[in-house]
Amino acid sequence: MYETTYHRAGSVAEASDLMSKADDGKVLGGGQTLLPTMKQRLAAPSDLVDVTKVAEMNGISEGDGSVSIGAATTHAEVASSDLVKAKLASLAGLAGGIGDPAVRHMGTIGGSVANNDPAADYPAALVALGATVVTSKRSLSAGDFFTGMFDTALDEDEIVVSVSFPLIEKGAYAKYPNPASRYAMAGVYVAKHLDGSVRVAVTGAGQDGVFRVEGMEAALAANWSPDAVANITVDANSMLHDIHGSAAYRANLVTVMAKRAVKAAG
Amino acid sequence: MSKVSMVLNGKTVSSDVEDRTLLVSFIRDVRGLTGTHVGCDTSQCGACVVHVDGKAVKACTMLAVQASGSDVVTLEGIGSATSLHPVQAAFREHHGLQCGFCTPGMIMSAVDMINRHGAGNLDEATIRDELEGNICRCTGYHNIVKAIKAASDQMAGMSQAAE
Repeated sequence: MYETTYHRAGSVAEASDLMSKADDGKVLGGGQTLLPTMKQRLAAPSDLVDVTKVAEMNGISEGDGSVSIGAATTHAEVASSDLVKAKLASLAGLAGGIGDPAVRHMGTIGGSVANNDPAADYPAALVALGATVVTSKRSLSAGDFFTGMFDTALDEDEIVVSVSFPLIEKGAYAKYPNPASRYAMAGVYVAKHLDGSVRVAVTGAGQDGVFRVEGMEAALAANWSPDAVANITVDANSMLHDIHGSAAYRANLVTVMAKRAVKAAG
Repeated sequence: MSKVSMVLNGKTVSSDVEDRTLLVSFIRDVRGLTGTHVGCDTSQCGACVVHVDGKAVKACTMLAVQASGSDVVTLEGIGSATSLHPVQAAFREHHGLQCGFCTPGMIMSAVDMINRHGAGNLDEATIRDELEGNICRCTGYHNIVKAIKAASDQMAGMSQAAE
């Protein structure tokens, strides 16, 4: 790891100030992606701004028809939260399946969404649930926030403060993890919203990161059952292909995971 | 450089280290506690697991300065050669190791999972799921799982006896 300077922010305002003053600063959440990247010298930020102790970025609260999760809230906290388990059980389930127990004790929702790894789990949840990302500057819909692989709408000095999830009628997330890394080879989040509309978001499989499958959404809005999506496939030409699986394999996994998710949602 | 202060195995320690110093390097190289191992150094194997403020974390994927102000417990902090922690004793009893390299992390993860689920509340499937982040290349895990189950059950008996 190259040299860096660590700062521990006490507020969002202080973190923003530190970021704007830094030559090449990076916000540090749990560091479960950033630190390995720095160890490999693939990233060399001049400054790290640790936001995990910022009170306004921690904790889970219930709003009017929504659940808001502070950006510095860990995956373990989301997975074990009684509020999330009661109101958005599918989200608690997703958080409890990220990485391993030690990683979940450190990794944060804000770090996950700001990094927008194409195989990360949270982006699928935000897009399927129609979440709102609250930053140090504005509020963005999940659809506007995620702009491509490892890419978001965030400015250089903009910090994710919290994520607000609307409550839904029902939903579930199903993923096929890589047997070695446990990252999603394909993860599908299906959500039936209170107005009857359906969203299907896919992570792990697409070349441009998280994406929606509108054909599945329409089919499920008409008929909420695994059979409704059984014959709907995504275009293999836009899927990832690597040593872990071909594009055609991933395209097939998307349909299989979608079926499993609908079945799990009941 | 930053001044890193923490409670390490119950003792307040303080050292000036580079900000890029990993927690595991702080523990091993600065403080000389070599019970915590570096296996893969890529957050996958779990040989470096320690407890920070009561939670199992991978010390190779945390900066020492991130843990400044925290309570850190390593393998040396849970038991000694003359007074083994019940999980350590169970690993010996059930031969939950072969080469022993992964054992410090296995034991720290085991203590963490027993703390979270409650002693006596672990079944084999849960233990195997919880060991997702700890890799052993010798044992095939079977005796590790047996050891953790035995320790969990024994600790439940101990807490009942104490009541």
